[in-house]
Amino acid sequence: MTDPYQGPLTSSPLLEVRDLSKYFALSSRWLSRIFTRQPRPVLKAIDGLSFQILRGQTFGLVGESGCGKSTVARVIVGLYTPTRGEILFEGQFVNQRNHRFSRASLHSRMQMIFQDPYASLDTRWRVRDIIAEPIRAFKLAQSRAALRNRVAELLLQVGLSPSDGEKYPHEFSGGQRQRISIARAISSNPDFLVCDEPTSALDVSVQAQILNLIKELQRRLGLTYLFISHNLAVVHHISDHVGVMYLGRLCEVAPKRILFSQPQHPYTRMLLDTIPDLSLTGRKRQPVTGEVPNPINPPSGCPFHPRCPATNERCRVEQPHPGASGESMVACHAVEENRLR
Amino acid sequence: MALLEVDRLRIEFPTRRGVLVAVDDISFSIDQGEVLGVVGESGAGKSITGAAIIGLLEPPGQIAHGTIRLQGQRINGLPNEAMRRIRGAKIGVIFQDPLTSLNPLYTIGRQLVQTITTHTDLTTSQARDRAIDLLNEVGIPAAERRIDSYPHEFSGGMRQRVVIALALCAKPGLIIADEPTTALDVSIQAQIISLLRRLCQEHRTAIMLITHDMGVIAETADRVAVMYAGRIAEIGPLRDVVKNPKHPYTVGLMDSIPVIEEENDELAHIKGAMPGLQEIPIGCSFNPRCPDAFDQCRRERPDLMPTGNPNQVAACWKYDGTTNND
Repeated sequence: MTDPYQGPLTSSPLLEVRDLSKYFALSSRWLSRIFTRQPRPVLKAIDGLSFQILRGQTFGLVGESGCGKSTVARVIVGLYTPTRGEILFEGQFVNQRNHRFSRASLHSRMQMIFQDPYASLDTRWRVRDIIAEPIRAFKLAQSRAALRNRVAELLLQVGLSPSDGEKYPHEFSGGQRQRISIARAISSNPDFLVCDEPTSALDVSVQAQILNLIKELQRRLGLTYLFISHNLAVVHHISDHVGVMYLGRLCEVAPKRILFSQPQHPYTRMLLDTIPDLSLTGRKRQPVTGEVPNPINPPSGCPFHPRCPATNERCRVEQPHPGASGESMVACHAVEENRLR
Repeated sequence: MALLEVDRLRIEFPTRRGVLVAVDDISFSIDQGEVLGVVGESGAGKSITGAAIIGLLEPPGQIAHGTIRLQGQRINGLPNEAMRRIRGAKIGVIFQDPLTSLNPLYTIGRQLVQTITTHTDLTTSQARDRAIDLLNEVGIPAAERRIDSYPHEFSGGMRQRVVIALALCAKPGLIIADEPTTALDVSIQAQIISLLRRLCQEHRTAIMLITHDMGVIAETADRVAVMYAGRIAEIGPLRDVVKNPKHPYTVGLMDSIPVIEEENDELAHIKGAMPGLQEIPIGCSFNPRCPDAFDQCRRERPDLMPTGNPNQVAACWKYDGTTNND
């Protein structure tokens, strides 16, 4: 790294999404659609998401499988085009045709770390080529020597040795492979990293190493993260702000401390109650009921109402919209009407 | 007498490049109605141990020496047919992925009825009634109707409930649960954990719960065995192992788990990774990563020894009487 990040952490948002939605059409046969006169079924993977990520901070996105976390990641880095809504990077629209960013300049500033380090590295490439690919693609190195030095520097930065560049991915353990993915992700000097369950495939002791590395790089390079995980303890450890998703919608967004000390949305409370009690305090908990419904045919009104202890008639019919409640944004009628607790 | 006794069990995989020792001289026991949590990282030998107990070790894996006793009767080395009768009747099994442990072509009712009639004297119609009772017991709503559904018609959590019902068919005294909640979401995991704990209390069924997740262990187990590189590093009552771990590996493992109650910038972590089976070091297998390692650790392999805490033993030279008295 030529100059380590030194400036103060400004509180301007680096990334903002407004009303972001991604629908997938589930095609049934054209002819049977005509005969049954049914509309084309649509899966609303994400529906009307709005949040901001401040520069130099980590936004944790948490939820159960199928809630749309990974779709959010893929829409933001441009692997999917959103059905509706806007993505702003440094206050500029990125998903409109006349946007200011060329694809290359945007992609060099936004990189992604994937969940499975066994699938996300090309097994036939040497590690040095894997890490150098973004540098070559964005033409960031002037000479071959500069490229070689940069790759060696990156390997050191993620805790590997420069000689590891000659090896192939299969010679590394899962944790080391995830280090290689991280080196590749930061090789183009990005400002923003999307980490999609980066430690879910790893053992706990290795997970701790990777989480520490991710935090250290943030301090050193001033990175901004969107960190996606189903593990609440991991999200708590790494995030500044946390968003909780359920069936494609955000139910609650709050600063980390507030979300974990004063959860408001009934789903957030339920999730927090499922965290295993490692301190063996024997605290009393609400039993968890029900399962995540099928996202193709979500419940009417608030998607959480069939599992919610505070449901009333309004929840069954009317979809709640996010509203400010203290420092949190909560999408819940019960919170809005002060019906909880 | 303990329900299950494993004594000096050693499991080897002969390969062209020499013999790999997957499980090296481990001994433990499980009492009736007890939940023993077996925790460790991938490759530590947890699942292999479970597979050896139910006689489903896949070749070329083989038990090199040691005994496995169920209710005092030796069960390793039995002929296949005899083992088949024990499996299901006396030992139930729950695997990680409910989709692969159910046959997709048969209704769950048919699979349950078949298992029940194989292991008991019930007639088919009695077995069906028992199957419905079991499904009710594991919390499947409208069991009378759902019994004629196929596995794909159930959600992941419901499928795992069906698998648990299958394991309970013949009222076995012991259930081997190999990562039973790993494929499930956190909220479903909490449900399955409380179901397992309830069944264990109501039927006095013992469970050997194999998992990599210390959280699951903390919620269910009575005692914990921590495995590392094919050996048991530490075994003891849940509260002692979690709150006051003795083996340096367990200490590192507990510290590396992020906890909500604590606010710290950096997680403690153990340097390096668990060695592969080909490269297990001489002496204590944990010594290259151990912050407390001394000379003896690099030469001699420690056995489980008393730690000063009743019922808690650790395989660490720190607790050897001779080197501890300085």
